[in-house]
Amino acid sequence: MKPILQRYSVHMLLVLVGGIVTYLAYEEAIGLYTLSVLMFMGVNIILSTSLNLVNGNMGEFSCGHAGFMCVGAYVSSILGVLLFSKDKVFGAPLLDPSLALYCFPLIILAGGLVAAVAGLLVALPSYKTRGDYLAIITIAANYIIISLIENLGVIGGSRGFMGMKKVVNAMNDTVDLPWMVIWVFLFTVFTVWILRRYNSSTFGKGVSAICQDEVAAEIMSVNTNKMKTITFMLSSGLAGVAGGLFAYIIGYVNPGSFNILKSTEVLVMVYLGGMASLSGAVMSAMLFTVLLELLRPLQIIKWVVIPLLLIIVMQFRPEGIMGNRELSDIFPKLKRFYRFK
Amino acid sequence: MIMQTQNTTTPSAPVLEINKMTQRFGGLTAVSDFSVTLGHNEIAGLIGPNGAGKTTVFNLVSGFYQPTEGKIIINGQPTAKLKPHKVTALGVARTFQNIRLWNQMSVLDNIRVAQHGKLDYGFLQAILRSKNYFKCEERIEEEARELLKVFDLDKYADELPTNLPYGLQRKLEIVRALSEKPKLLLLDEPAAGLNSVDIQELIRLVRWIHETFDVTIWMIEHHMDVMMQLCTDIKVIDFGQTIAEGTAEHVRNHPAVITAYLGDDNI
Amino acid sequence: MLESIIQNLINALQWGSFYALIALGYTMVYGVLTLINFAHGDVFMVGAYIAFFIASFILSVLGLPGWVALALTIPLTMILTSMVGVSLERIAYRPLRRKGAHRLYVVITALMCGLILENANLAIFGASRKAFPELITTHVYTIGGVTFTNLKIAVIITAILSFFILQWIVTRTKVGMAMRAISYDKFAVPLMGIPIDSIIVITFALGSGFAGLAGIFFAMSYPVLEPYMGALIGWKAFIAAVVGGIGDIRGAFLGGFLLGAVEILVVAFFPSTYRDLIAFTVLLIILSIKPTGLFGIAKTTKI
Repeated sequence: MKPILQRYSVHMLLVLVGGIVTYLAYEEAIGLYTLSVLMFMGVNIILSTSLNLVNGNMGEFSCGHAGFMCVGAYVSSILGVLLFSKDKVFGAPLLDPSLALYCFPLIILAGGLVAAVAGLLVALPSYKTRGDYLAIITIAANYIIISLIENLGVIGGSRGFMGMKKVVNAMNDTVDLPWMVIWVFLFTVFTVWILRRYNSSTFGKGVSAICQDEVAAEIMSVNTNKMKTITFMLSSGLAGVAGGLFAYIIGYVNPGSFNILKSTEVLVMVYLGGMASLSGAVMSAMLFTVLLELLRPLQIIKWVVIPLLLIIVMQFRPEGIMGNRELSDIFPKLKRFYRFK
Repeated sequence: MIMQTQNTTTPSAPVLEINKMTQRFGGLTAVSDFSVTLGHNEIAGLIGPNGAGKTTVFNLVSGFYQPTEGKIIINGQPTAKLKPHKVTALGVARTFQNIRLWNQMSVLDNIRVAQHGKLDYGFLQAILRSKNYFKCEERIEEEARELLKVFDLDKYADELPTNLPYGLQRKLEIVRALSEKPKLLLLDEPAAGLNSVDIQELIRLVRWIHETFDVTIWMIEHHMDVMMQLCTDIKVIDFGQTIAEGTAEHVRNHPAVITAYLGDDNI
Repeated sequence: MLESIIQNLINALQWGSFYALIALGYTMVYGVLTLINFAHGDVFMVGAYIAFFIASFILSVLGLPGWVALALTIPLTMILTSMVGVSLERIAYRPLRRKGAHRLYVVITALMCGLILENANLAIFGASRKAFPELITTHVYTIGGVTFTNLKIAVIITAILSFFILQWIVTRTKVGMAMRAISYDKFAVPLMGIPIDSIIVITFALGSGFAGLAGIFFAMSYPVLEPYMGALIGWKAFIAAVVGGIGDIRGAFLGGFLLGAVEILVVAFFPSTYRDLIAFTVLLIILSIKPTGLFGIAKTTKI
């Protein structure tokens, strides 16, 4: 039986942080701008940790993460607006808007599920190929997904789709709390929780085995195709969840926001933080979000500074901030509070 | 070619049966008309000059390639069209010419992950973690630690394989293969890169494994003394074809074998 | 009927020429370094901008006639663009190569270099698009029912000539042989007394130079320049190179023309918004049938 401190300290910390942020948001003590930065931080954490699963733990090179985000964003948005709000495209809500609150997580998960299926379709052709080919397939998939949506005029095409604000308002009206903040927080914690459990199980370690030596893994009883599929679907599914949350935070989606530049942003986060390190991915997502905001006044230079930063990282510390270690490797005392591995 | 050894009751089916196996890669015939039958608890050898096709034979048995012609039957089950992880489940495990350990995982994890095929839980349980998950993980960890203990590697359980001396890395690879509880163990040049002290240790180890576990061992080796001391039966191949087979003594003096290794006087 | 086929063929060849010229830069660098030089599309963009500045300078400041400007712009742009490519190699890729860094880190560096080129351009020259000056008067010819311009023909001829020149370099010169040798076994080559760094520099120079050439002709054909013009074309050219069989010059050209053909055909029969969708899907299908690409050789890993 693990000591109480190790069992519950992180849970208590999370509840505390979540509670404080929610309270401050409710009292409107934090400005809307800061709130949205915090929410984007959560979304970025989900994106970064989910891509890290494929690019870090599994050692592949997937370059089209934003494509799956797009799938999740659109599916969640359309479902939400269709079911819970009055809208030009879909007409009256199909269900009572007061139910929006209870169904919201399901809507987001639905987006994730469809994104996971998209991930499956992308992963399948990659079995026969090696290494760089996944890069090509995912890049092409990114473009294909965007192009598909641009051609679906019924949901706005390249002009975009909106109406999510009404769903959020419906939630806030039912119970007066800043629901988006809460949902983003919960889903972020959920993502990190799933990924940590996956990585620390012997089942999940099969993925690292595939990365380190696929031939040995296959011969030592690891069903490599099955593991690759599951891992890829988990990764793209979580990207879909991030996409859904992203859509509701902004209240508007258009396919252009999920192009190859967005995928590159996620790549930067993963490689900055350190491959195969969950805590690294979380930290670099947080760092990156803050950096983006700090550099906002510099506008275009932002996208010169960030790549430059990553180039320097590649030159001098290519394994990223954390390398392939977790926080507990650097600060062993933390092991008392939480088992990172 | 089934040889009886001292301490077994021989069940009926041979552990490995290969019938007229041929492997062609495009225009190149790597293995030609290869047949062998290995019974329980044998130690057999496969030798030949470099490039003769020995590792290809092992790769075929492991399921990494599908033979162009011929059949492979392990423990009575044909391996046709099976992927390597399923072939391993039939009861065969192997080591590799160049050590293929998972170098960023601890020694203990190397053994644990090799049990991947025998996990009784799947993705959902890995996340939700019921009693079943914990029982399974506990069992795997216990078995892994015990196995390491038996081979005196338990003190290295949390080390990375790259921190171990080369000889112990080779040993670990063999232990990992044994963790699959195979009926057939394929050792691909287990003595490569070992110094003479470690080679003697290896010979002792293989003998001990053979006596303690109920396993048939098939070895590829270049070190003749290892083969001579351990193998009851040796097959020699060159350019994919079988050129000699028999006991160590017989093979050693066989003219075709000498020609294959040393060349011909008449060029 | 026949006319529309020939018309589409000519359009496809012209459109594909750009992809082909850019694809060969990707393929040469990949062949020699096993590196996907993601910055290459942006090198093409830089080439177009360099051509813009040179041509504008010659026309307005020196006041020379259009065809002189063209005659000077081509070699100058190619040389300067080569230098850009070589600088990338020396500053960003070579230090990593020296350290024996994992290929992945170099790929990421390449991706980042591309982003820097795009956004530095945006930052320095602003978001307003540049109009490429007209250097030669376009004559439109009509034979039968088929229309084409002298520019279109020039582009196609340039691409085909480039193919032959490069094919000759790669197969019949010592340098080319060295390039091929490096793609087979990187470690043996320096042991044979071949200066591997020089060969790599030459590879980048050639690839970037021809990307610059593509830049000039693209700018002349579609005279609106903007900083992100290299990105999409670059990605597509890369995929074309892979579909053709990466590492092989013939593959790059075939892949480029193939992509051009697919895109033109798609636009002929479907609304133009489907162009990218169908083009990428077709490419993926080809790759799933023949994963190593049309001219590619399967490489097996030794177990």
